[in-house]
Amino acid sequence: MSENLDDFRAEVRAWLAANCPDEMRKPANEEGDICWGGRNWVFKNDAQRDWLHACAAKGYTVPDWPKAYGGAGLSAQQTKVFRSEMARIGARAPLSSFGIWMLGPALLHFGTEEQKLHYLPPIARGEIRWCQGYSEPGSGSDLVSLQSFGEDKGDHWQVNGSKIWTSYADKADWIFALIRTDKANKYQGITFMLFDMASPGVSTKPILLISGNSPFCETFFDNVAVPKTQFIGEVNRGWDVAKYLLGHEREMISGGGAGGDMVSIGALYAQVIGKNAAGELDDPVLRAEMAAFDTDVFAFRAMGERFMDMWKTGRAHPASSNMMKYAGTELNKRRHELVMSGAGSAGLEWDSAESRGGSKPRGWLRTKANSIEGGTSEVMLNVIAKRILDLPGA
Amino acid sequence: MPLYHNDEQAMLRDSAAPFIADAAPVSHLRSLRDSGDATGFSRDLWKQFAEMGFAGILVGEEYGGMGLGHAEAGIVLEEIGRNLTPSPFLSTSVAAVSALKAAGGAQAAQWLPRVATGDAIIAIAIDEKPRHGPEGSALAATRAGNGFKLNGQKCFVLSGHVADMLLVLARTGGSAGDKDGLTLFAVPQGAAGLNADPRRLVDASLAAHMRFDDVTVDADAVVGEVDAGWDAVKPLLAAARTGAAAEMVGVGQGAMDLTMDYLKQRKQFGRLIGEFQALQHRAAHLYSEMEIARASVMKAQQLLDEGDSGAELMVSVAKAKAGRATNLAVREGVQMHGGIGMTDEYDIGLYMKRDRALAEYMGDVHYHIDRVARLNGY
Repeated sequence: MSENLDDFRAEVRAWLAANCPDEMRKPANEEGDICWGGRNWVFKNDAQRDWLHACAAKGYTVPDWPKAYGGAGLSAQQTKVFRSEMARIGARAPLSSFGIWMLGPALLHFGTEEQKLHYLPPIARGEIRWCQGYSEPGSGSDLVSLQSFGEDKGDHWQVNGSKIWTSYADKADWIFALIRTDKANKYQGITFMLFDMASPGVSTKPILLISGNSPFCETFFDNVAVPKTQFIGEVNRGWDVAKYLLGHEREMISGGGAGGDMVSIGALYAQVIGKNAAGELDDPVLRAEMAAFDTDVFAFRAMGERFMDMWKTGRAHPASSNMMKYAGTELNKRRHELVMSGAGSAGLEWDSAESRGGSKPRGWLRTKANSIEGGTSEVMLNVIAKRILDLPGA
Repeated sequence: MPLYHNDEQAMLRDSAAPFIADAAPVSHLRSLRDSGDATGFSRDLWKQFAEMGFAGILVGEEYGGMGLGHAEAGIVLEEIGRNLTPSPFLSTSVAAVSALKAAGGAQAAQWLPRVATGDAIIAIAIDEKPRHGPEGSALAATRAGNGFKLNGQKCFVLSGHVADMLLVLARTGGSAGDKDGLTLFAVPQGAAGLNADPRRLVDASLAAHMRFDDVTVDADAVVGEVDAGWDAVKPLLAAARTGAAAEMVGVGQGAMDLTMDYLKQRKQFGRLIGEFQALQHRAAHLYSEMEIARASVMKAQQLLDEGDSGAELMVSVAKAKAGRATNLAVREGVQMHGGIGMTDEYDIGLYMKRDRALAEYMGDVHYHIDRVARLNGY
């Protein structure tokens, strides 16, 4: 690997030019354009398949993971260069995966060498699709009150209970889940388990949301046997792993507000809204709101860059991902409000071909979950007040 | 370049922060204000700024400066903001130096060494109306003999009454609103026909209305090229706006620190008011806005220092974002202090006043949000 960043940039640029199919350089338009991988994944087209395979072979689905685990072993600065080169040509992520975003970081931090070698490479190659089992019907913001229980049966736990808001549980191959293993100890009585969704006793039921889609499921465990080798960290110390992981989840969700590029929302909707002779958007009030939004987005993008630079080098406040999650998700909700305003009545169409199946209104409604999932905005503000601002009694 | 301070920058901060906090804390501003000081800043302190190397921080080493960039100037500005220090640093060492460096020539050779030694204060005379609009300059410069004759007026000229030299944006061609036909002049204080009317502003600083009645200057008073003054003013504006944004971040941070301390001390209903979630959430939101503002300012500084074409947009983003965030910090500051936040005795109100003046300087939030739209083609 090149030590010099300029050489490295040239190397990445040449590789992308040769390997990223044209189709993968266009913005993702619909759900099927996002590649999630997994045992049952059906590629939308050859380009999506080739792009995943090319990246996986090079370790570029997880560029900063060590090579032994399927990554490319890039340094923080190299990863930044890699991502900026991807963004430069508008390349889509070759693989979207809860395995990459959440389980991977937990395994890298808490896993044994054997676990890393076993679980990480299939994640990097997009062969196993994971889902996350955290929230329960009675345990949302107060997650630590969760009740799903794994009874000790010698060589395995017998798990009973249910999870809710499990993203794509019906499509996932494996689940990482928080399961109570000691009813007497609230914080130190939870184990971070891994098990196959095909295990007897696991069932899922998609939940119809206001968007008309069902990305989330209820997931039920009925006497599911989980071998006592399939956990991360220590038994009864899963809350430590969960807290660590929530940091990554917040980091990931916070990126959503910025999108990957510097596209201005005002510029994007100029054609629909129309311009006056001076070249300004025809609706001066909407123009002002869009410009204020663009200003916030460009500022937040700088924040994202600064956060990642500091996070990767251990300079960031450990709770700062909560701030990123809060600001990023609130920004994304605002974006979609403006998208709806910019689109006018056309943005109301729910299932016409012209509206691509109502992608705007459904997308807008979907974003309302941004500030709920992975910790509500209100919980984020509580954490900032307590851990960063050190306010009393918080 | 990562978006955090490197070791050298951290060292600069570690020397600037205690120096300014010690030599010019908020009480320094109060004593100047309460004594009716007519200069607007302390000349002794400015000498110390020069001895520390701050006055010439952007001046090249060939002229006796430190040869550093906007990121480093921003570190000093943030401390100035945090302490509400009255100082000609922003107009002289940041704005004026940036124009002189860009233009080069005789004026640069004459003034840059004197800025670095602390022997020259330079004021910026650009605006003519209460709302910022550099292209709108109408002050007329007509050819006369070997030089030019200047007629017209300027306003909001910080230190205009005491500066050794003024950088004056004048019109040599075109009409108000055009970027072409502008020329930047270096006009020495004391020039015949130059008249200053200093006015005390809300933050106790002094800004002059300047009148120019047949002020005669030589041809070599032109900074840059005749009719192409915009080329010298553009870097001046970018530097001044980014610098004002950095100073505002300091003001906002100072106001926020005071307020967080107060939330941890003040008791009502038998509890520290910082225990109330109604205040905690607002404080946390403010923290988030301030962090984002700081990142945007650092990004603008970095792009300016790299000569990146994206700097133009980021400068306006930074000025607008720092304006919004700091305005929130001072408003929440006064509100969360309650009644004593309204008293002159407590410092929080001084932060609100300084923020208002900085927010207006070189284009307010609305000006720069509008500019973000224009730069994105809408």
